[in-house]
Amino acid sequence: MLNALGQILGLIFSVNFILTVITASTPLLLAASGELVAERSGVLNLGVEGMMIMGAACGFAGAYLSESTIIGAICGILAGAAMAAIFAFLTLGLAVNQVATGLALTILGTGLSGLIGAGFVGQRIVPAAQLHLPGLTELPVVGRILFGQDAFVYLSFALIVGIWLFLYRTRSGLVLRAVGDNHASAHALGYPVLKIRLLAVLFGGGCAGLAGAFLPLAYTPFFIPGMTAGRGWIALALVVFASWRPGRLVAGAYLFGAVTFLQLSVQGLGLGIPPQLMSSLPYLATIVVLVLISRTRGTAGSAAPASLGVVFVPDR
Amino acid sequence: MKNRIVVVAAAAIFAVAAATLAAPAAEKLKVGFVYLGPVGDFGWTYQHEVGRQGLVKALGDKIDTTYLENVNEGPDSERSIEQLARTGHKLIFTTSFGYMDPTIKVASRFPKVDFEHATGFKRATNVSTYSGRFYEGRYIQGMIAAKMSKTGVLGYIVSFPIPEVISGINATMLGAQTVNPNIKVKIIWVSTWFDPGKEADAAKALADQGADVLMQHTDSPAAMQIAAQRGLLAFGQDSDMIKFGPKTQLTAIVDNWAPYYVQRTKDVLDGTWKSTDTWGGLTSTLVVMAPYTNMPDDVKKMAMDTEAAIKAGTLHPFKCPIVDQDGNTVPCKGDGHLDDGQILSMNFYVKGVDDKIPGK
Repeated sequence: MLNALGQILGLIFSVNFILTVITASTPLLLAASGELVAERSGVLNLGVEGMMIMGAACGFAGAYLSESTIIGAICGILAGAAMAAIFAFLTLGLAVNQVATGLALTILGTGLSGLIGAGFVGQRIVPAAQLHLPGLTELPVVGRILFGQDAFVYLSFALIVGIWLFLYRTRSGLVLRAVGDNHASAHALGYPVLKIRLLAVLFGGGCAGLAGAFLPLAYTPFFIPGMTAGRGWIALALVVFASWRPGRLVAGAYLFGAVTFLQLSVQGLGLGIPPQLMSSLPYLATIVVLVLISRTRGTAGSAAPASLGVVFVPDR
Repeated sequence: MKNRIVVVAAAAIFAVAAATLAAPAAEKLKVGFVYLGPVGDFGWTYQHEVGRQGLVKALGDKIDTTYLENVNEGPDSERSIEQLARTGHKLIFTTSFGYMDPTIKVASRFPKVDFEHATGFKRATNVSTYSGRFYEGRYIQGMIAAKMSKTGVLGYIVSFPIPEVISGINATMLGAQTVNPNIKVKIIWVSTWFDPGKEADAAKALADQGADVLMQHTDSPAAMQIAAQRGLLAFGQDSDMIKFGPKTQLTAIVDNWAPYYVQRTKDVLDGTWKSTDTWGGLTSTLVVMAPYTNMPDDVKKMAMDTEAAIKAGTLHPFKCPIVDQDGNTVPCKGDGHLDDGQILSMNFYVKGVDDKIPGK
């Protein structure tokens, strides 16, 4: 038993383990960051999976045709944002139900990305370059973890810090949260509720598109239809898990990535722990955290936007 | 009188119109396919799609084909199969193990439609089953892997503990043990047929733990790519994945469905279709090995000799005695080897596999 525990701990604290977890968690963090902003403005966009897979298809197409990861990433962001624009037109412009529209967006994205990506299946690209700082990247243990990642990883952290600063340290962030908590009052105070929500939804789409582009550009450098394999849904769940707070989102994404990879690695050790038990761990952890949050009051509790998912039609 | 002529004329015109409308549908046989993954998965579903295209090429003037992709196993699939049956398809191929019960159910409601279910074991008067003896290829792969591995540890990424997967692991080990009796295999269950990210993660975990030849029973080429990145060797699955690892792929088990699809469709056209159970391997070319690459000549020769012996029937991967993980000898029901029933329902590991079958 102790020996088994020792082996598992040895696994968790190895450099390769941490490197793989970072790669596995980055798309979740990117997609969830964008969705967090959209939901904080009061819009529930369930189409993350659809926006992600469009980002993956267009990102790969862009990178393949231009032979540039950066152009690929930009194509991914634009594709995600374009999908979000369709969603915004329907839910904000025509006040259509957000849940139904989000689900439709996922179905649309899955089909459309297959069509766009059809010609690129089986093609190969050069994966995104990883940072190399002479002297620093070669440092033992921390070198490759801190100074040897690709741009997406650094971007995901810059993004989450930026989102935190924006939401809690700027006036615009305060207004966005106000819109999400009570759109009628925000409207009465003269804030352009729909315009703010439009921007938040587009931002969310861009992030989802970038997260999708990360998959064929850095994670597994090829495009296959359906390659997001449900990561958009996990990103949605992470926003709830994080109780709409950016700090907890990072913890949630990395916890999920780590537990998922741990369950794969432990199997290789041949310790006889049932894989079914291990694969249920991420979800068990989610439930425990949600129970703890619901029992906590005050600042530590959930920051669920009060107007989340509620359609807003301004009176003239 | 005049009225009657009008009525007769109208009826005649209607009949002619109906006949012309119905005629093309009656002439061309509609053949439907239900796929588990996207046609571009470069694995299982892709090979069935290659088979369908081969069918269109051979009999395109006599048939129309339809396929439904990304059909989940379970209730979803029953709806999809029924939809094909309702829309006039007279021959329907359902191409994944999990479609077994839905296929049987729909078949009982459409007795005039013929069904073909891949990799299952339930049949009816209008339901045939067909599959490949993939374990024959796995045995050859096991031998190659044991020859090529420097660490003596193989990495095996698997989906679900169904008999086909278990028999694949066993055949690999039996082949490997003929070369190196102390060979080890590390097994990771990813609980999905298709998730490139997860398959890549599993490949990384195996590489981290010292495996230097990777093989898989999942559908995407992600593991092949990781092996290429890490300078390891790997086997392609279902289709030739050499594109994803020109210096990595040793060989691949390629599913070659087209000849079977053509034959069965011809049978329906001729009215001679009967419910059967087809299980073809290297001999019937339902299973084909991709070119042996990235290995020295002696290993290549060993692989080719083994392939020839299996084809000639002088070598059976599951030749008796077979000893299970716990040291018990498995009863030998076939002629000097396990019989097909034992292989098709395999739920034990052979000696030397250091893993537990999930849920057992």
